[in-house]
Amino acid sequence: MARISSLAEAIKSAVRDSDTVALEGFTHLIPHAAGHEIIRQGRKRLTLIRMTPDLIYDQLIGMGCVAKLVFSWGGNPGVGSLHRLRDAIENGWPHKLELEEHSHAAMANAYEAGAAGLPCAIFRGYIGGDLPKVNANIKRVKCPFTGEELAAVPAHRPDVAVIHAQRADKAGNVMIEGVLGVQKEAVLASKRSVVTVEEIVDQLPKRSLNAVVLPHWTVGHVVEVPGGAFPSYAQGYYPRNNNFYKEWDAISRERDSFLAWMKENVLAKGPEAFAIYARKHRIAAE
Amino acid sequence: MADYKPNEMMTVAAARALKNDDVCFVGIGQPSAACNLARLTHAPEITLIYESGTLVTKPNILPLSIGDGELCETALTTVSVPEMFRYWLQGGRIKIGFLGGAQIDKYANLNTTVVGPYDKPKVRLPGGGGAPEIATSCGEIFIIMTQGKRSFVDKLDFVTSIGHVSGGDSRAKLGVTTKGPSKLITDLALFEPDPETKEMTVVSIHPGVTREQIKENSGWPIKFASKVAETPPPTPRELEVLRDLHARTNQAHAEAA
Repeated sequence: MARISSLAEAIKSAVRDSDTVALEGFTHLIPHAAGHEIIRQGRKRLTLIRMTPDLIYDQLIGMGCVAKLVFSWGGNPGVGSLHRLRDAIENGWPHKLELEEHSHAAMANAYEAGAAGLPCAIFRGYIGGDLPKVNANIKRVKCPFTGEELAAVPAHRPDVAVIHAQRADKAGNVMIEGVLGVQKEAVLASKRSVVTVEEIVDQLPKRSLNAVVLPHWTVGHVVEVPGGAFPSYAQGYYPRNNNFYKEWDAISRERDSFLAWMKENVLAKGPEAFAIYARKHRIAAE
Repeated sequence: MADYKPNEMMTVAAARALKNDDVCFVGIGQPSAACNLARLTHAPEITLIYESGTLVTKPNILPLSIGDGELCETALTTVSVPEMFRYWLQGGRIKIGFLGGAQIDKYANLNTTVVGPYDKPKVRLPGGGGAPEIATSCGEIFIIMTQGKRSFVDKLDFVTSIGHVSGGDSRAKLGVTTKGPSKLITDLALFEPDPETKEMTVVSIHPGVTREQIKENSGWPIKFASKVAETPPPTPRELEVLRDLHARTNQAHAEAA
């Protein structure tokens, strides 16, 4: 049942050390503010799941919160490497990072299977390549009807899903618009969830009859954090800050510059620091 | 001296490979530039699909990431990522997959995972993303890559997605029914698979490029088809549209800051 709370309370209550956590978002609606709160609260030994780990996972990994990463594409899109992720894999800094590597198709199917309450996902994939050689969780099953060999991976069943959305109403019904990614599936596959939103409104706005809505009884904590997806974007609220993604390349390249940035911009701040990004564009649009 | 860059020739040659009635699954970066150049020149009705779920999208600027708002706002509709991979890709609705990679071998198998051993990589690359299933589920595959000894290798460090596997009928023997890589477009030449061996073979050389250059920029001994054409240079219109597209993109990215 949805509970409206502060971000600090939500993360304290929902995310525990050694949990399996999926902070999802596919370029759009990436829950940066919630990720920062996890770092501030000093969570350790997390297993993080994400199709496209990007800057917020780079930050969580670089700050030593993560023991294992389950993923399918880990980079700074259109820019290059995630330097903190690479430093963890290539040099074990700040500590060793275990990897479970999949393809996008496998990850998307695994979330859907989790949401559907199934133990595994079956799909046509992983043919001929090397990923099955390095990931013991990729198996093959035979279709009982046609005999076709198909790929199988375990369903994703995270302890916690963390997502960002545009709006929730006061009951905690959450509405998502634009590029949807796997956020609905991630929440429905998880035991607990934290949803940050641009705004909590009295009533969800007039919408398509088929709008994507997570009903309040499927959602855990709902937190209003305007700008909480920055430097990712919130369709209808503010655009992706592509320049920040480019700047992150230099900030994150060296351990010292990374730690200094994190200290100044994450450890010394709170979720209210994100509001400026939402406000800036709303004013510009008026 | 030509008034265009090898990179522009590559994008133009890749765009020309696309037709108006194609349905194309677009990767970010070079493939995205080529697909949108095709749409803005000779193939205005081409269907472009990005793995973020955007179906029939017509971006005015090139996205930096695969799920930029520009793609969603200009799309016919946007579906969830599981639907994208299940109904549209796995369901066989996509004719051409357009890929790039860090390493390629002569059978157009691709590596985007690691340089060096998997457990102790010299360079950790982003990983496969959608490529492993794009490579086998799309009707055929076009690949766009800049040539060089480090990227065109005799043996891949890791096979992220398959092309023609070990040549001949080895791809079909794995149970894959799609065609696989049918074109490889580089900054120097255009390659197509040999009908028998499936080795990627030069069929057209870009203007001003020598056979020696193509050989020097590859880790395997390059084969040339019995009849090799010269790629027509970019037309003024192709260059104008491509440069406008990049200029609009750079301006938009700077404004959003």
